[in-house]
Amino acid sequence: MSVFVDRSSRVIIQGFTGQHATFHAAEAMAGGTNVVGGVTPGKGGSTHLDRPVFNSVAEAVAETGADVSGIFAPPQVAVDALLEAIEAGIRVAVIIADGVPVQDMVRTKRYLTGRSTVIIGPNSPGIITPGECKVGIMPSHIYRKGRIGVVSKSGTLNYEAVAQMGKLGLGQSTCVGIGGDPVNGVDFRTVMQAFEEDDETDIVVLIGEIGGNQEVEAARWASHYMNKPVVGFVAGASAPRGRRMGHAGAVISGESDTATAKLDAMEALGLYTVRNPADIGDAVLRAIKETGEHHHARAGP
Amino acid sequence: MNIHEYQAKELLRQYGIPVPLGEVVYSVKAAARVAEEIGGQRWVVKAQIHAGGRGKAGGVKLANSMERLAELADQMIGSRLATEQTGPEGQRVQRVLVERAAKIDREIYLGFIVDRDSQRIVVIATAEGGVDVEEMAREHPERIHKEVVDPAIGLLDFQCRKIAMALGLQDRMSPFVRILKRFYRCFRDKDMLLAEINPLVETEDGDLLALDCKMVFDDNSLFRQGEIAELRDFDEEDPKEVEATGHGLNYIALDGQVGCIVNGAGLAMATMDAVVLHGARPANFLDVGGGASPEKVANAFRIVLKDPNVKAILVNIFAGINRCDWVATGVVQATRDQRIVVPIVVRLAGTNEVEGRRILSESGLDLITAEDLDEAAAKAVAALKAVEA
Repeated sequence: MSVFVDRSSRVIIQGFTGQHATFHAAEAMAGGTNVVGGVTPGKGGSTHLDRPVFNSVAEAVAETGADVSGIFAPPQVAVDALLEAIEAGIRVAVIIADGVPVQDMVRTKRYLTGRSTVIIGPNSPGIITPGECKVGIMPSHIYRKGRIGVVSKSGTLNYEAVAQMGKLGLGQSTCVGIGGDPVNGVDFRTVMQAFEEDDETDIVVLIGEIGGNQEVEAARWASHYMNKPVVGFVAGASAPRGRRMGHAGAVISGESDTATAKLDAMEALGLYTVRNPADIGDAVLRAIKETGEHHHARAGP
Repeated sequence: MNIHEYQAKELLRQYGIPVPLGEVVYSVKAAARVAEEIGGQRWVVKAQIHAGGRGKAGGVKLANSMERLAELADQMIGSRLATEQTGPEGQRVQRVLVERAAKIDREIYLGFIVDRDSQRIVVIATAEGGVDVEEMAREHPERIHKEVVDPAIGLLDFQCRKIAMALGLQDRMSPFVRILKRFYRCFRDKDMLLAEINPLVETEDGDLLALDCKMVFDDNSLFRQGEIAELRDFDEEDPKEVEATGHGLNYIALDGQVGCIVNGAGLAMATMDAVVLHGARPANFLDVGGGASPEKVANAFRIVLKDPNVKAILVNIFAGINRCDWVATGVVQATRDQRIVVPIVVRLAGTNEVEGRRILSESGLDLITAEDLDEAAAKAVAALKAVEA
């Protein structure tokens, strides 16, 4: 089953003919992702990477039955592309761009009321169900099929955690990068719920950072409603107050959104917490051993 | 992006929100001229720097005479003002705002934020202006009044009246509602993330006036806010950070000794954390971003090494859209061209990592390599200790 995307996902790429989109679409296709076409307004009717190009998302959906879209449009126009995808009934929309106007996302989330599109991002590395479907920019070769669900704000920290698990022989069910913006699509809690309901996921790794309280909200939810163990890390214990650390949302604005405060809260709620970013893999292994999920969580042959 | 108080007040004025009579000046002579023009017997002289905490640090003073006004302007212009937000070295005051002093009956706090919990714009108000609103929220949450704005319909009159009543402003209902709605429109139109009128005062004559104002704009929206982008004051920013932005690098100066060059904001923070866990402090946050060319990496070295505190450098790359071979080429180029003498620890993982490591080892340079994050941080701290010993 996995989470949000799998081998049955029919993927389109918005901004298909752009340089980055082309590179990542080709890489995803080589890894088995079912890319059924793409959208570049004005280039409809042509083909790109042996797939049809459409002028609009609605047209692409009608012609190909696409249900997932990877939005590679630049930040100035990415929200428009996202709204077009929502309007066309796309089930999962992944928005990669870093630099999307924050108030545009406020309006977008209001627009989503009564609609059911799952938005992943913006400022996201994307989503990958190893061996089945990748919509994003992550290096596929480090991911392997397994039973650990990973959800993070950061892309590179997601890779770091996955690499640590890989060295221990642990693979992933699905990895989701929800992005580093203050107003974003799916939050940690929503992804955790999906992992809890997924019969291919045994353990969840949550990787947060300073700013906001999504991590603690998710941990609180997990402590009440999750049976699966959760391993948590929060980056930025060494970050100063009031400075935006790269991500638009990564800024400490009070007492409760420091890395230490979040980790303390998560620990108090019964999560496996990690204070050293180099210990994420080990913590997952410890959680597996303690909860008896060892034989499940190991990667397949 | 932040702007100065006088610039924020000019925006308020454009939206029809009353602010005190006054003008920004760069000299004592101009200060006296402005005081004469606006008239009255008492004036406030306010140092214009971005950092908060100016009042407590002596950057906001009252003058009861023209002589005192000139004296204060003379003291402030050209001086360095150190507040709780500037650090001990302070910030140079290049201009002051001269305003007619108001006789105040009461002070109110009024703010808008893009609220992360509700994912919407929220108005925040409290009847005790001039206070630290975060502290108030912690200690007396019942005194903080909030209204969440529906983005589809905007801030509504009844919401403004609700706030007015909570603040005890029944008798000033109409002007207050007008101010609040205009403030919201300004916040929304100009793509702000945070705006505060603190305090909004009611004068002896019953007028409402915005006595101080702070605005933070969304950097992501500056491409469509040309007028706001022009208000950026580079003198208020670390020159290394300004230069880094010009090279497409995200750099933040810190106070430690291990310079960090990393890709991705999350990994950059985690790398800093690892340095601290091994017993040293990072000199900076630096994200080289995606698609880092050798030139970009070389520029990262240049900026990190402008900080004289840097005694060791830690390069930590987990390449997704980046390429380890490009990064390695940049490291080698920088080390040669810039004649770098501080120890450099390099950890390369991800796309083209084998090629990257080969470039490092074949360079013949004295680079320290590491396999993973923990080893890299440990080696960087050990190298720093060796330099210090």
